[in-house]
This record gives sequence, C-alpha cells and structure tokens, in this order.
Amino acid sequence: MSRFSDLGRSVPVAVVAASLATASFALYAATGAAAKDAPRFGFGKPATPAEIAGWDIDVRPDGKGLPDGKGTVAMGQDVYDAQCASCHGTFGESNDYMVLAGGVGSLASNEPVRTTGSKLNHATTLWDYINRAMPFNAPKTLTPDQVYAVTAYVLHLNDILPADAALDRASILKVKMPNRDGFTTDHGFMTVRGKPDVRAVACMTNCVDKVTLSSEIPDFARDSHGNLAEQVRPVGPTSGAATSVAASAAPAGAAAKAPEGGELVKANGCTACHGVTNKIVGPAFRDIGAKYAKDPKAEAALVAKVKQGGVGAWGQVPMPPQPQVKDADAQTIVRWILGGAK
Amino acid sequence: MSFHGMPGRIVPAPEHHGEPPPSTARRGFLRRAAALSGGALAAGAAGGVAAQGGDLGRNLPPNVPDYSKSLGAPVLASPYGVPSKYEKNVLRRESPGLTRTPHSSVAFTPLQSLFGIITPSGLHFERHHGGVPDIDPHQHRLMIHGMCRSPRIFTMDDLMRFPSVSRVHFIECGANTGMEWGNVAVPTVQYSHGMLGCSEWTGVLLSTLLDEVGYDPKARFVLAEGADAAGLTRTVSMEMALDDVMVVYGQNGEMLRPEQGYPLRLLVPGVQGVSSVKWLRRIELGDQPWNTREEAIHYIDLMPGGKHRQYTWIQEAKSVITSPSGGQVILDRGYHEITGLAWSGRGKIRRVDVSTDGGRNWRTAKLQEPVHTKSLTRFRIDWNWDGGPALLQSRALDDTGYVQPNYRQLRAVRGTRSIYHNNAIQTWRVAPSGEVSNVQVL
Repeated sequence: MSRFSDLGRSVPVAVVAASLATASFALYAATGAAAKDAPRFGFGKPATPAEIAGWDIDVRPDGKGLPDGKGTVAMGQDVYDAQCASCHGTFGESNDYMVLAGGVGSLASNEPVRTTGSKLNHATTLWDYINRAMPFNAPKTLTPDQVYAVTAYVLHLNDILPADAALDRASILKVKMPNRDGFTTDHGFMTVRGKPDVRAVACMTNCVDKVTLSSEIPDFARDSHGNLAEQVRPVGPTSGAATSVAASAAPAGAAAKAPEGGELVKANGCTACHGVTNKIVGPAFRDIGAKYAKDPKAEAALVAKVKQGGVGAWGQVPMPPQPQVKDADAQTIVRWILGGAK
Repeated sequence: MSFHGMPGRIVPAPEHHGEPPPSTARRGFLRRAAALSGGALAAGAAGGVAAQGGDLGRNLPPNVPDYSKSLGAPVLASPYGVPSKYEKNVLRRESPGLTRTPHSSVAFTPLQSLFGIITPSGLHFERHHGGVPDIDPHQHRLMIHGMCRSPRIFTMDDLMRFPSVSRVHFIECGANTGMEWGNVAVPTVQYSHGMLGCSEWTGVLLSTLLDEVGYDPKARFVLAEGADAAGLTRTVSMEMALDDVMVVYGQNGEMLRPEQGYPLRLLVPGVQGVSSVKWLRRIELGDQPWNTREEAIHYIDLMPGGKHRQYTWIQEAKSVITSPSGGQVILDRGYHEITGLAWSGRGKIRRVDVSTDGGRNWRTAKLQEPVHTKSLTRFRIDWNWDGGPALLQSRALDDTGYVQPNYRQLRAVRGTRSIYHNNAIQTWRVAPSGEVSNVQVL
C-alpha cells in the first residue's frame, strides 16, 4: 500500500495525464491505420507468442513443430520398458493395444498385419503421437529427449534403426518408413464434389436372377452380444429375440455361473504381462501366490494393487493401475492367485 | 429357438380380464392362442403374463387403473427429467471384444428403438480416444493461430457472443459397419450401424472465427486439436472450413454432453466423425495436411494391392432399416411399417427404395419432411408380412445422383480389408418364425 502511494506521489500529475493522452492517441491511430485488418467483432484476445508456444505441439512430416532434443535407442528402451511395455509388449508385439512392430510387407496379403511399423509413412507422426498421447494413462509427461528416445526405440524394434542410433530434429527427417510410399490421395473423398469410386444403378424390377445367402451369424455365436430380448423396447410390433440361454430359458435358480479367476485374468488383459507359471513383464501368478499365500493381509493389499498399480515388489517395471477391473472381479482374481492360480 | 420368458406385448383377450387366471387356465389360453396364431403370439402372451406378475388385468378395462386412483409424483420429482423406468433397455452399448480399454472405446446408439431423425443426446454414440475429460467452461479456451494476421484466444463467453446458427446434421464414425466388410459379425443394427447420431447443433460458423483472425488466403488446411488426454488432431480442408464447418456448444437445445465434447467441439458436416474434434482447444491454419496419427495409422482405407487411401473424409450415401431389424421378432402377420434412416455426406437424400426379396424388386419409400442436408432422413413404407421368409433391404440415393451400392459392387472396387467407409446395402432376413437376423446376400 505505502509503496504504491509513494510511487504515485513521486510522479507529477501532469506527466500522468500526458502519458494517458499519448497512449490513447497511439491506440486510436493503430486502429485507424489497420481498420480493414481489424477484427470484425473484437471478441477474444490476442494470443501471445508464449501462449501459442505452450499449446502448439503438433509436428508435421516436414519437421515443422519439432523441438530441440535428442534421444538414443538405449535410453528409449529404459523409458519403454518402464512405461510402454506393460501394454504394447516387450517387443511391441502385444495385440491387446496397438501393435508397434512387425507386419512389414503384409498389407497386400489376405491377412494384413496392421502395425505402426507396417502402416506408418512418416516417423514424425510417431514422435507427435507419443508426445501428445502417450503413455496412455499419463500423456504429455515425457520430455522431448524421452520422446526422441522412445521414437528411436520403436523404430529399432521395427529394424528401421540400429541399436546404437540416436534421433534428433534433423535425423528423424531422414528416417524412411517401410510404408513411406504406401499412401494415396487419388480418390474422391476429400471434397464434397469428389467423384465416387463405386457406381451403382437404381434398378427397380427383376434386378437379380438369384439371391445367394453369403454370410450369417452361426448358431454358436447367437448370444455373442448378450440377450437381445433385453436390448429392445418391450412394447411395439416387434420384440427382442431371446438369445441367451442363461438369461431366458434356464430353469429357475440356475443362475449363470460366475466366471473364475483364471477366466477373469484373460478377460481383463492381465495375461498380457503375467503368465500363470512364467514371468512375462510381471511375475507369474503362481509365484505371487507362493510369496503371499500365508500373509493374512495379502488379499486386501493385492486387490488394492490391482486397482492402483505398484512397483518395487518384483523389480523396477511398474504395474500400471487397472481401475477398470471391477472390485468383485479383482477380489476373485486375487483369491484365485492366492489359492495357487489353478 | 425359445421364446420362453421373453418380454412381449400384452395380447388383449377376454380371458385376461378380472382376477389373475390360475396357472392351468393360463396354460390353456396359451395352447388356444398357439393353435390360433402360431408360436409368436403365444410368446407375446407369455411375456405379458410374466410382466404382470400374476396380477394381469388389474389396470385394464373395465377396471379403473391404480394410478388413476392416487396422486402421481409432484413436479420436480426429477428436476432434469429421465426416461420412464420401462425404457431401461434403450441404452448405448459396447460391442463385446471390440476394444481393449473402455477409455479408448465406442458405445453404440440403439437405433432399433429410436423414432424420427433426432438422436437423444444421452443416446448419441460415444467414441473417445483417451477418456472423457470433465472441463470447466470458465477455464476452456479456443486458440486460433498459424497462417493468419491476428492469432486469438477465445473464452466460451466470447464464442457464445458471436452470431449463432442451429443446424441438423448427422455424425457417423468412419468405421461404422466396419466389422462387416468381409462377413456378418454382429447381430443388431445397434452394433452394425450404431456409430451414428443426428442432432440439432448450435454454434458459430468456423468461417466467422477465421474471418475474425484474418486468415491468410494461402492457407489450405486447418488442424483441429482436442483438449482430452489423446489430444486428438485432424486435418480439415479450408474448402470445408469456410463452407459449413461449425464450432459447436449446443446439442438438441442444451449444452453439449461431456461425451460429445462439452463445452466445445468442431462439427464437420458429412465427414467421418473423428474430424468433429471434441473438447476443441486449438485450430491452426496451414498450407499442408498434418498426417496425424488418426490420419496415418487409423482412419486410412486399405485397398486391394496394399495401398492405403489417406484423407478419406466424406461419408457417402447410406441407409439402413431400423425396424424390423436384426435381433427382433415380428409378433404378428399382416401390416407392418418398414422404417429406417438414410443419410449422405454429399448433400440431401433424394430417394430411398426398399426391397423385401433380397434386392430383386424395389419400391420407393416415403421420406419424412423436411429433408435436411447432411442429415439423417427417416423413411417409411407399408409392408404386409405374409408369414413367409423375406430379405429386407434399403437403398439410398442422394441429390448428386449417387446410388448406395450393394456388397458385390463395393467389394469389387475396395476389397474386404478396408475397415472404413462401408456403406453397402444392409440385408435383414425375416424367418417364418418372425425372427429377424443379420445376413449378407450376393
């Protein structure tokens, strides 16, 4: 308070008035000179260079947007093993999430293997995506050096970069992805006036000689999407087909059998990292069971660990949190593990 | 197949009036009903009995219903109204096994249970790539920068001050019906076509905002970026950006739902849904497309020979019958209305034809007016089901003259591995039992 009062007193009133007048004039002059360029409504505020720099994170194939920084394949492996392998697999092979490696040359076959390595055309896009969206549960937390490093490691998993390689903003532009020339914009989908590639005619009578059934849902898959009778409104000219035996025609009292731990670890993707008898990324279920079988507090602690993740008990590869696993399922899984994972 | 225990209509019959019938009498009725009208009618009656819990007829004429003899709930029993508890089956659903994590997944619109052309906001399909953020509108900002004279940052207050427009448009995911490229994979229209919704959207035209920042006429594309965990980014052409692209805050008369991008999303009419970036935080003007992950690994169309088509934005004309449709059972012979939806990313639907014999012969359906551009369009046509087998199809034509293709025509050009832009004619088979199922015919 006193400092500002002192400051105010130290400046003669006439000087303040003159400054304001000058400022007003300058503002008016600027507006007048740029009237044609001025915002039409004037809503919002100018974006400062610092504000733009904080949000302008995109990277184009020509390298525009790449920051300074550098990372090696080896450094990338450390980050990858700690933060990426739990979903993508140690070698980028996990089909549970996006497969990162393999499949090069398969796209023209009847069984195309769709991976980052087989599909992507520019390494800059890999950099951009890791930087903005990975790790999946903690995006935008890697440093530019780490992003260069993980990008280098994923390219190494695809045999595109050697084990001793490093990436920076210059060298990433020299990377040639296997599918670099595999894209085309020669089609009619980029503009509303584009030319369609498939031409049909609207025949009205006797259009087909013979109608042949080519595909239908097999009987064994009738309940693949649950009981359809419960997926439509119960009034109207149609009803839903009762497709689930457990839900409709089972004798009273014969409730659907609850899934067991061994089924739940598959359904919840736990087996991507844990084998029943073998270590994958995380420890084997039998090893966990043996370690904690006699610990009365283990059940609650392990249920919490499934949901919240953890690190340290079995080495330095962290287990990511699995909040999507239902509480009851987590308990069933843990009891199954503590019972010997049989 | 079994109809036992299936929820169904109450079939009005004198036997049902008054006291609940003893179980033997009920079975007797069912036998008679079955003899008269076939198994489907019996199924409806069985469901009715079950639904009434043995108290059948209590609220039916000539009795005065219970709810007519007591007060109902007061106003504000539900300050934000919710559907009747009897509508609990009408929900968005995930397709089992389709995705590995619910944070990057899709929930499908129950098209089989909807009327008209507007998708209720709470039933509009969900597709997120990094979960649904919960954004305070006071903290939300839209930055527009790049090839323009005066890059600016707008608050929601700012954006809602601009001149607004309200327009009816569909949003269809580019991968809608993608599981069916090679063969039938899912049982109902919810899973086969339910990455589809249509709303009245309110917002400001993007062209208004681009004028405001003084866009460089040399800019050819804009990048739209979301504020979600995925930071989803997509390239949009300036041609579209200056035409009908909207920056949207309103949906069906209220603010956007969080699942639809609250408080702000892009809407690119007629273009695959991923371009209508949700939780929109940034638009950058540039002179070349960005080749983002959702343009270079996903949302690219694999063609025979192994090349991918990139930047395949437009959703071509398509239609589907929503009733009767897969997973339903037609309860009675006789008159039925066949109804469904048609749409085109290139303009207005001009005509929809319907076949009940697998595409051999076609009749033209009635379109619900008004027909909006790049909007769902409801069609309806009369049908007399004679109890025999039938193959139901619909075929859309848009105002460019384009005709929706069948699977044979589509696969001849694009093979079966594309995943995206499957707009083939859908076939529903009606069995003599009344059960309708998803099939493909050639």
